[in-house]
Amino acid sequence: MMIETDILIIGAGPCGLFAVFEAGLLKLRCHLIDSLPQPGGQLTEIYPKKPIYDIPGYPTVLAGELVEKLMEQIEPFKPGFTLGERAETIEKMEDGRFKLTSNKGTVHVAPVIASAGGLGCFEPRKPPIGNIGEFEDKGVEYIIKDPEFYRDKNVVIAGGGDSALDWTIFLADVASEVTLVHRRSSFRGALDSVEKVMELNEAGKIRLITEAQVVGLEGNGKLESVVIKHKKVGEMKKGTQHFVPLFGLAPKLGPIAEWGLNITKNAIEVDTLDYSTNVPGIYAIGDINTYPGKLKLILCGFHEGTLMVQSAFKHIYPDKKLSFKYTTVQGVNGFE
Amino acid sequence: MSIVNITIIDREGEKHKVEAPTDMNMNLMEVCKSYELPVEGTCGGMALCSTCHVYVRSEHGLSEMSEDEEDMLDQAFFVDDDLSRLGCQIPITDDLEGLIVELAPTAE
Ligand SMILES: Cc1cc2nc3c(=O)[nH]c(=O)nc-3n(C[C@H](O)[C@H](O)[C@H](O)COP(=O)(O)OP(=O)(O)OC[C@H]3O[C@@H](n4cnc5c(N)ncnc54)[C@H](O)[C@@H]3O)c2cc1C
Repeated sequence: MMIETDILIIGAGPCGLFAVFEAGLLKLRCHLIDSLPQPGGQLTEIYPKKPIYDIPGYPTVLAGELVEKLMEQIEPFKPGFTLGERAETIEKMEDGRFKLTSNKGTVHVAPVIASAGGLGCFEPRKPPIGNIGEFEDKGVEYIIKDPEFYRDKNVVIAGGGDSALDWTIFLADVASEVTLVHRRSSFRGALDSVEKVMELNEAGKIRLITEAQVVGLEGNGKLESVVIKHKKVGEMKKGTQHFVPLFGLAPKLGPIAEWGLNITKNAIEVDTLDYSTNVPGIYAIGDINTYPGKLKLILCGFHEGTLMVQSAFKHIYPDKKLSFKYTTVQGVNGFE
Repeated sequence: MSIVNITIIDREGEKHKVEAPTDMNMNLMEVCKSYELPVEGTCGGMALCSTCHVYVRSEHGLSEMSEDEEDMLDQAFFVDDDLSRLGCQIPITDDLEGLIVELAPTAE
């Protein structure tokens, strides 16, 4: 599949989202790509329930609510979304446009790319077990995509948060054997999930091992067993076909570093005139960029996106004149 | 202005003797960042990430851990039940004089 648009925005955090609005006012269409399955970036992934106090006009707004409002505000401009995919490679085409391919092979073509990649792609946190790389997709999975995959299989889950608890409960009915390994004896996460896990453990439907960590993996080409280290009992080996460590997500700069852009301290250098990078046609806004005096604030990213689309317009239509109008004058004329 | 002396051991084992003000509402994560030590502090100090994970290497009676901090350490790696804390949850106060902390390793 090939997606064509005017501005391809990498990152559907608040800054990428608002840029869609400002681009729309100039009749430029946008498409967003994000490795997360939902829009909102850090706001949705790290602090959806926390109040933000420095969005002009909102004395207080929950991060999750701000994302909903932004989605509502950009709706007239019908942005496209490629979610759950990571922007992987960028190539310059003969006609001057860019071709961006995702890790799942989705191709996007646009004359302008705006990186609004924040702190980087949110990716699952991998526990520091020396040879874990060897078993990725050979028994070790960091995300459960399809629970049916574990039907009648032996699974060891590690972690103490909601996703570890919820999947343990769900897989209890699907897998042939589920073991949950957790570092502490108490759990965070929703109380009813914690109670449910305790019940399943008492009923012998799952096996709960607390005050323990998975410290080793063994197998020949594919995972055959894990080594579990208990605080008091010491190490034990447990045969298993799957090991699913669920320790949340963390941002990682990722492929952005490989696109020939000037980078300092994990951020893309830009010209504050228009937030352009060293590659003509590629811009960077929000937390991902850096310049003298940079502050990582949502408010600043909104401003950056607003100036950026003006320059993007000139890059796409060098001969067209752009007249500046207030929204109060022209209203919001969305796309069909 | 009142100052406490803190020793921060980085991930290469190098000791950094730093001075931290007690009257600026700072926490240990912010002190590390202000001395450009390799601490991300992604969440800004709300115990919502674990990038400021440290081991407390001296005998200082620190404040009790909040539930949020315990929860976040559950998602961290290389946790030592007796020594691990999140730097952002350690406010700089006068009784931290002589504190020694070590930055915990980061997972790849
Ligand atoms: C706990 C906390 C509290 C905060 N409080 C405030 C506050 O009160 N006020 C304030 O103004 N700011 C606050 N911030 C900062 C604010 O959240 C950020 O400035 C803002 O999220 C930056 O938005 P962004 O759109 O630039 O990037 P992000 O929100 O980081 O979104 C970037 C998105 O890009 C995606 N991405 C990156 N690379 C790729 C790739 N190669 N392919 C696909 N997708 C990719 C990521 O998955 C992510 O979803 C806070 C931050 C945190 C963590």
